[in-house]
Amino acid sequence: MKRIVLKELRRARDSRVPATLVTDLSTGAQTLIVGEAFYGDPLPDASELEQVIDQVMVKDKGRTIEAGDSRIFIQPFNPPLRMMIIGAVHISQALAPMAKITGYDVTVIDPRTAWATEERFPGVVLDQRWPDEVMEETPPDRGTAVVTLTHDPKIDDPALEVALRSDAFYIGALGGSKTNAKREERLKESGLTAEQIARLHAPVGLDLGSVSPAEIAVATLAQATLALRGPRRKG
Amino acid sequence: MTTDILPESSQDDVLAQADAWLDAGDKVALATVVRTWGSSPRPIGSQLAINADGRFAGSVSGGCIEGAVITEALETMEDGKPRKLEFGVSDAMAWEVGLACGGEIEVFVEKLDA
Repeated sequence: MKRIVLKELRRARDSRVPATLVTDLSTGAQTLIVGEAFYGDPLPDASELEQVIDQVMVKDKGRTIEAGDSRIFIQPFNPPLRMMIIGAVHISQALAPMAKITGYDVTVIDPRTAWATEERFPGVVLDQRWPDEVMEETPPDRGTAVVTLTHDPKIDDPALEVALRSDAFYIGALGGSKTNAKREERLKESGLTAEQIARLHAPVGLDLGSVSPAEIAVATLAQATLALRGPRRKG
Repeated sequence: MTTDILPESSQDDVLAQADAWLDAGDKVALATVVRTWGSSPRPIGSQLAINADGRFAGSVSGGCIEGAVITEALETMEDGKPRKLEFGVSDAMAWEVGLACGGEIEVFVEKLDA
């Protein structure tokens, strides 16, 4: 790998820009594609290459193809998954590090400054603005999970109103069935369609019988993983 | 975290480590899982960076073949030639470095230019 390829690849990762690495496995010749830019060697000559690159990026899974005497490996480098956690609460203290290990860029958002502190969330990115303000600046995309955990409609609802209209692959909200029924009414009144509201996972998390905040975090992260990957065994 | 290397360091950590070794003047090789058959411990695209001292970051299996990959990576650092390695139950080598899970994988090893 040429140094420029490594440098530009790392730069794309840092700025959350998708990149594709195309490698000839016989010669080691390599092309890095970042948007319209190409780095390294010229692209190998393979008729289906362009189409395969598109598929690889959408499926987020690398693939090898035959091209003459050699084989070409196409590797996707999509931006890291992102998790926006609304509420600097107990569950978040467990969920943030767990999600980080799982590969998410985590942001904990809570306008209540007494909650979102460095002491309670060492090493976690904290944002003390209102969630809808944060989400307008960095809208949830198809690589984003949004979890609301404050139990306070003043903070959770605005976040959900943005998230449910976005491409976020997972949206979960804390609260039992009564809380959730009331919340659904409010979201309906705010103009969201039944289809949009149906995307909400509430009460948040798979039903593992979780009791402690950490166990609820496990259930939530498990549900987000399921939403992202889908079950391997059907039925 | 108290450990230097997480059991599952992210792809970005692996690339950052490789870059840091190059900056320090080390020789570095990068191994990438390019194909899998059946059940394999790490998905396609998983990477392992190795320096000339045999230190490494990342993983290409659950730990079963890293030793063999590192040996080949040291060769690649010396001669600069990329290598394709196959591991699996049908491979005689499997008995020595074995994928305990019974999967088969192909690993591409390349030298990183300084």
